[in-house]
Amino acid sequence: MRRWYLLLAVPFLGLLYPPLYAREDPELFGFPFFYWYQFGWVPLTAALTYFVYRKTRTVERPAPARTGRFERT
Amino acid sequence: MNGGFEVDGVAIAVFCALFLLVTVLGFVAARWKRGDLGLLDEWGLGGRRFGTVITWFLLGGDLFTAYTFIAVPALVWAVGAGGFFALPYTILVFPLVFMVMPRLWSVASKHRYVTAADYVKGRFSSRGLATAIAFTGLLATMPYIALQLVGIQVVLGGLGIEGEWPLIIAFAILAAYTYTSGLRAPALIALVKDTLIYATVIVAIIYIPSKLGGWDAIFSAASEELPQRDEPGALVPGTPDAHVAYATLALGSAMALFLYPHALTAVLSSRSQDVVRRNMALLPAWTFLLGLMALLGYMAIAAGLNVTEPNNAVPALFVDMFPSWFLGVALAAIAIGALVPAAVMSIAAANLFTRNVWKEFVNPHVSDREESQIAKIVSLLVKVGALAFVIFLPTQFAIDLQLLGGVWMLQTLPAVLLALYTRWFHRWALLAGWLVGMVVGTWIAASQEFAPVWEVPVLGVTAYTALVALGLNLVVSVVITLVLGGSGRADELDETRPEEYDELVETREPAPTVGGGVT
Repeated sequence: MRRWYLLLAVPFLGLLYPPLYAREDPELFGFPFFYWYQFGWVPLTAALTYFVYRKTRTVERPAPARTGRFERT
Repeated sequence: MNGGFEVDGVAIAVFCALFLLVTVLGFVAARWKRGDLGLLDEWGLGGRRFGTVITWFLLGGDLFTAYTFIAVPALVWAVGAGGFFALPYTILVFPLVFMVMPRLWSVASKHRYVTAADYVKGRFSSRGLATAIAFTGLLATMPYIALQLVGIQVVLGGLGIEGEWPLIIAFAILAAYTYTSGLRAPALIALVKDTLIYATVIVAIIYIPSKLGGWDAIFSAASEELPQRDEPGALVPGTPDAHVAYATLALGSAMALFLYPHALTAVLSSRSQDVVRRNMALLPAWTFLLGLMALLGYMAIAAGLNVTEPNNAVPALFVDMFPSWFLGVALAAIAIGALVPAAVMSIAAANLFTRNVWKEFVNPHVSDREESQIAKIVSLLVKVGALAFVIFLPTQFAIDLQLLGGVWMLQTLPAVLLALYTRWFHRWALLAGWLVGMVVGTWIAASQEFAPVWEVPVLGVTAYTALVALGLNLVVSVVITLVLGGSGRADELDETRPEEYDELVETREPAPTVGGGVT
């Protein structure tokens, strides 16, 4: 269960060693590699985080005991 | 400050109309998700009832400040790739927060903690350590609020407006609705701010490159221009030193961000730890936006604009590219973008002062109503202070202090974030580590004219000062803990229990009260 959290280390490995991506080629849509590589990690990290979120949610959300969020008195 | 822009009547009219809209929203917010604003939990944390969507808007609007949107492109304009560390920084921050912040939310909700210092006091039963945490937060927040004003000033300059009075009016309005509505005001205004910012950036990254000959041309222009600067920049960081600086700046900034009081305030105002976790998968949408915004720096280079100082790069680009009416929208987006974080920061500072200074040292028996009243007044004083800061001191002073702010905030990491996992550390050891980190970090930064990175003597690498100071901080904390032995670790000093960190609770609707239940 907790081991899913290890997936969150992946973006750190991909981004904290700049020699891995500090170059200009190959380009994509006019963007040097340095730029589009890092932009690519944005959706990738979001997807990983969402995946871990789904996998580590221990309990389903508590049944709505409330009658409505905007309830007025 | 004014970059010599001409007065643009249409742009000013659009700008003022949008500003008026958010002013009305700011006051209406007091009636939204009705609660008793005479309580600090309601005024200062919105009753801890914000759901996924509101939290997304509030956190996004709060963390990605107006100053960020001015300063990041300015840095990219000035130094090139080095300024782009903002992207890995804001990518890595969210998985990091995903791991730790839900634990803090749960325990804070259980014990009604409003600030990080509240938590530290409960966890370690140490007034000294809690005061140190509160002091750090206040110290780092003040210049950050001042920088939001700098952001507004730059924007007003773009409209051709000079002088200080428009700034004073804008801040007086902000102060008034923060006073009456508390955290609800920035939460509601964030909806408008975020929509405007997204619209502006999307238009900018489609429209401007089409006028400049495409991304290819923009990057080529930057790659030619940057090495010719007085301090040569580069399109891609080349040297090993630049690589270490880049990575440590990204990591250190990511670790520091959520220790800031304004970030914590927004996290604690959400309804459940589930909302916090889900948001960490959704907030990277902001990261993407910031990355695109950073590239405006290169567009300013490609457009061949005569930029008088880096901070004027974005306004100059907008003035050059956009028709008047959209210039008004774009500049309003940034100015309103300053109001959300400025409001949250002043609320966070007020919470800190009220809970951890006033209640702690002046009047421990303060009633709930008085507590909220004091916080409201402090939120006003904080803004007056920030305004005086910007008007009477050089802008560079605020910028230097904000850089120090990151160094300072990171020194609270052992006592706040590591404490969420372990009580192994001795409280006096944490206090000593904090002190060493603060003094050494400040000294390093000040001794080299506030450059963010430092050449570490023994290791021979150039790294982010804040991380170096944190390293020393941790060494001191560990060594002193070992020396003192287990004496400070007795569990009876800890008012939190392990299971309270994982509880999946949700804030319930408040019972109707006399003050807030009348509709």
